Amino acid sequence: MSTTDLQVHNPVEDLLRQDRIPTIWCPGCGIGTTVNSFAHALLKQDIDLNKTAIVSGIGCSGRVSGYMNLDSFHTTHGRAIPFATGLKLANPELNVIVYSGDGDLAAIGGNHLIHAARRNIDILVVCINNMIYAMTGGQAAATTPSGSLSTTSPYGSYEPELNLVQLVDAAGASFVARWTAYHVMQLERTLEKALKKKGFRFIEVLSPCPTYYQRKNNMGDALQAMLDYKKRSKIKHGCPTWETAIVPGGDIIVGEFVDREREDYLTRMRKQLGPHYSEFPPQWDEQESMGCSKEC
Amino acid sequence: MPKGAVAITAERCKGCGFCVEFCPTHVLELSNAFNAKGYHPPHVVAPEKCSGCNLCGMYCPDFAIFGFRLQENGQAKGVSK
Ligand code: SF4
Ligand code: SF4
Repeated sequence: MSTTDLQVHNPVEDLLRQDRIPTIWCPGCGIGTTVNSFAHALLKQDIDLNKTAIVSGIGCSGRVSGYMNLDSFHTTHGRAIPFATGLKLANPELNVIVYSGDGDLAAIGGNHLIHAARRNIDILVVCINNMIYAMTGGQAAATTPSGSLSTTSPYGSYEPELNLVQLVDAAGASFVARWTAYHVMQLERTLEKALKKKGFRFIEVLSPCPTYYQRKNNMGDALQAMLDYKKRSKIKHGCPTWETAIVPGGDIIVGEFVDREREDYLTRMRKQLGPHYSEFPPQWDEQESMGCSKEC
Repeated sequence: MPKGAVAITAERCKGCGFCVEFCPTHVLELSNAFNAKGYHPPHVVAPEKCSGCNLCGMYCPDFAIFGFRLQENGQAKGVSK
């Protein structure tokens, strides 16, 4: 029997803007794989998709907001988190998700990442870590493992790399996890869990970049990278994040590392301000009745 | 009668081979044919082994393939248009 006789459609497509597919991603880029897990996690939740917004910065992973059929915003480089923070504070009813890359979130916008975690803003951040600035031409990023080749480190990078999960854990995030593009089912489950939680939630997803990172470092193609993730990954839930550094060729520690309860920013603000806090700014007619009318 | 089947949109495929590699029952192989962009899309070589688990669909970065379960009467379960 041929499957073309059956009228079927991929449930993920309900969440994609069909007119924008095919994506610009290179063959084997892991970003699309993570989008499958994200779409399935969203479909399994009973959250209102009309009240869900996705925000991205610049970069290959930044394209996700444009491909998802949700309210979305593609911000300037590194500014996805500040935009999402404003969105959440202005309309606390929204589920705000930031979907962006390591170069955008951890380097150009690194300070925003730290302070959003410190404030415990109620947003979910999915950080696709391909260990390089891919869209701009393969420059070494803050997450590029030291010694790696890139366009700006032709003799191998001299800088030690940033461990993102350790960084956000130290800054106070309420949920921290790491998976790779190989762990599609685990990632889906973690995303489902994180979507339900309150506070600053951070999920790092290692993803192959066959065009720059893998090619420059003679690591084979995307499939090779996925098999490498499969071989090197060790699942350790609850592992202290200072033990999760990614060493080239060494184990990749994955799992859900931090799940703590901490009051989020809005709750604290409401508590402290009490009756002085109004959820929304005064409406126009209210202001008019307070003195200034159209005739004045 | 297999428990599942796959639907392939060959024109979207970029030939990465994830679906072929990660199908737990080895249902797929990359074909020799080209799509319009010049990639080799996968084709089904062992339809009877497909369980409809949709792992190929979860791995496909280009939304070009997905698996679904079949009911006793040969109709697709839960993914009809
Ligand atoms: S450059 Fe790398 S990260 Fe960007 S789309 Fe291609 S494979 Fe993906
Ligand atoms: S995973 Fe998708 S893009 Fe890759 S070979 Fe299979 S159908 Fe093509």
